Amino acid sequence: MELLMASGIGVMMAGGIYLVLRPRSFDVVLGLNLISYAVNLFIFSMGRLTVGSAPIVTEGSADTLTSLADPLPQALVLTAIVIGFAMTALLLVLAVRQHAAGGNDLIDAPAPRDPAPLDRPEVR
Amino acid sequence: MNHAPIVPVIVPALVAALMLIDRRIGSQRALAWLSAVLVAGCSTWMLTLAADGWRSVYLVGNWAAPWGIVLVADRLSVLMVTLTSLLALITLATVQSGWDQRGEHFHPLMQIQLMGLNGAFLTGDLFNLFVFFEALLIASYGLLVHGDGSERIRAGLTTVTLNLVGSALFLIAASLLYGVTGTLNFADLALRVAQLDGAGVTLAHTGALLLLTVFCLKAAILPLGFWLPATYGPAGPAVAALFAVMTKVGIYAVLRLFTLVFGASAGALAEVAFPWIVAPAAAGYLLAMTCALAGTDLRKLASVLVMASAAFLLIGIGRASEASIAAAVYYLPHTTLSAAALFLVAGLVVRSRGERAGDRLLAGPAPLRPALVGGLFFLSAIAVAGMPPFGGFIGKAMLLLAMLPDDGLPGTIGTIGWLWFIILAGSLLGLIALARAGSTLFWKSDGPAAPDAGSVSWRDALPAAITLAVIAALAIGSAPLQRYAQATAQDLLQTDALIDEVLTTGPRPGPHQPSPQTYR
Repeated sequence: MELLMASGIGVMMAGGIYLVLRPRSFDVVLGLNLISYAVNLFIFSMGRLTVGSAPIVTEGSADTLTSLADPLPQALVLTAIVIGFAMTALLLVLAVRQHAAGGNDLIDAPAPRDPAPLDRPEVR
Repeated sequence: MNHAPIVPVIVPALVAALMLIDRRIGSQRALAWLSAVLVAGCSTWMLTLAADGWRSVYLVGNWAAPWGIVLVADRLSVLMVTLTSLLALITLATVQSGWDQRGEHFHPLMQIQLMGLNGAFLTGDLFNLFVFFEALLIASYGLLVHGDGSERIRAGLTTVTLNLVGSALFLIAASLLYGVTGTLNFADLALRVAQLDGAGVTLAHTGALLLLTVFCLKAAILPLGFWLPATYGPAGPAVAALFAVMTKVGIYAVLRLFTLVFGASAGALAEVAFPWIVAPAAAGYLLAMTCALAGTDLRKLASVLVMASAAFLLIGIGRASEASIAAAVYYLPHTTLSAAALFLVAGLVVRSRGERAGDRLLAGPAPLRPALVGGLFFLSAIAVAGMPPFGGFIGKAMLLLAMLPDDGLPGTIGTIGWLWFIILAGSLLGLIALARAGSTLFWKSDGPAAPDAGSVSWRDALPAAITLAVIAALAIGSAPLQRYAQATAQDLLQTDALIDEVLTTGPRPGPHQPSPQTYR
C-alpha cells in the first residue's frame, strides 16, 4: 500500500505541476486541484497508513496505538479540503472575469499597453 | 484568565458577520470603526503590559497545550497586532471619502483580513498559522480586485495562483513536521525537534526549509518576490496601505518559527534557516532598490520599496544576533507605516494630477495644491528612505552597528563589508529614486492643471498626515521603542521561559473538567 500511495501522490503532484506551468487559466485551475489532492493524501499519510482502524477509542478496542488511526491528520485534511475548495471557487471566478474582460484566458498575457504618453513639450 | 489575546481575532470575525446582516454603508462604517477602536484599544493595552514583560498563553478551547489550540501574546506578537490595528484605523479613515462604496463588501472583507492578520500574529501552532494565512489571503484577493479594473483582475489571478502553490508547500511542510514529531504546537515542536535523530532530522530539515520558502514567498524575498509590484501597484491606495503589513506576516513567521522551533537549542537542526536567509535578502535589497530607479509610477515605486524593506528586515533576522534582531524589530513598525504613508500620498497625487497623468513619473499637468501634496510626499519619502529625523535612520544605524565583528558573530570582515556596502548603496539608490520621483511629479509640470484634477482638501490629506505624525512620534519616542525591541530580541533568543509557560498553562477548572492536568 505504501508503494501505491507514494506513487499515486507523486504522479498527481507531477501532473499538477505540469498543468500549473501551462499558459491557460483552465489548465492552471485543474493543476492546482491535482496538487491539492496530492497534498491532502500526503497529509493523510503522515498520520501513518493503517487498514481498517478507526480514530475512535471504543469499548473493547485494544489498548495500543497500533490499532487506532491518528485522528489529527484527518482533521487537518478536512480543513485543507474546505480551504482548497473555497480558493478554487475564487480562482474560477477570477478566471471567468478575466476571460470576459480581456477576451483571452492566458494567465500572464502581456498587460494592456500603457495609455499614450503624456503630452510632450512640442518641438518648435 | 485574561481574555485580551482573543479580542483582536474574535471582534473582527463577529463584526464581519454582523455587517452581512445590515449592508447599509452607514452601519457598516459604524461597525468597522467600533471594531477598529476596540481592537486598537485592547492591543495598545496589551502593548503597555508586554513592555513590562507580561506574556499570556490563552487556551481557546480550555484544553491545555499541545492538545488544544493556544494563542500566545508576547512582546513580538503584541507589537505586530498593535501595528495592524493602527493601519486598520488609517485605512478606515482613508476609505471614508467613498472608496468603500466603489464595490460591495469592502468592510466585511477588511474585517476578515484583520482577523487573519491578528490571528497569524497570535497563534501558537503551525496549522492555525496556515488557516489564518489563508483567511487573510482570501480576504486580500477580495480587497485587491475591489473597485474592479481588468489590471486588478489580472494581478489577482496571478497572485491567487502563486499563493495557492505556496499554501500547498506550507501544508506539505507542516505535515512533514507533524509526521516526524507528532505535534504542531510551536512550543512542543521546539522540544521534539531537539530530540530527533536519523531520518527524522532529514525530514524535519526538509520541512523547515520548505516553510522558509513559503514565508519568503509571502514576504516577497528574492527570487520569490516578483508578484508584489504587480499586485500592490494596481491596488487602491488605502488597500495598498493595509497590505503594507501583509509582507510583514512572512517576516514575523520567519522570526517566530526559526528562533523558537529551530533556534539555538534545536539540537541537530539548530539555526537551519539562518545561513539561507542573508544572501538572498541582501541581493533582493539591492535589486529592489535598483528596480526603484526604474519605477514608472509612484505606486510601483512604493511597492518595490516594500520589497526592499522586507529584504532589509530579513538581513537583520538572518544575522541572528540579539543586536541585529533588535534592529529589525525596531525598524519594522517604522518601515511598515512609512510604506503605508507613501501609498496614501500616491493616492493624493493621482487625485491632484488627474486620472490621465495619475502618479506616472512623467512630466504632466501641474498638480493642484502642490504645497500640501508635495510636502506630504517629501516627508513620507524621507521616512521611507530612512533619513533623519525619522526613526528609520536609527534602525539602519542599529543594524549596521550590530554587524560589527566585536559582538562575536561568525563572519569575516569581507562579509560584513559587503553587507555594509549593499545596505548603504541600496539606501542611496532608494533616495535617488524618490528624489527623482518627487522632482518629476511636483517640479516638472508642463501645463495647467488637468480638467479632472480634484483639489486635495486637508480632510483628504488627514490620514497620510496622521500616519506621518505617528512615524514622527516613533522617532521622538525612540528610546522606549528601542528598549522594547531589545527585550523582544532577548525573548526570541531565550525560548525556555516561553516554552515552559505554554506547556504548563493548565485549563481553567470548570464543571466538566474536575482535575486540571497539564502536559509537563
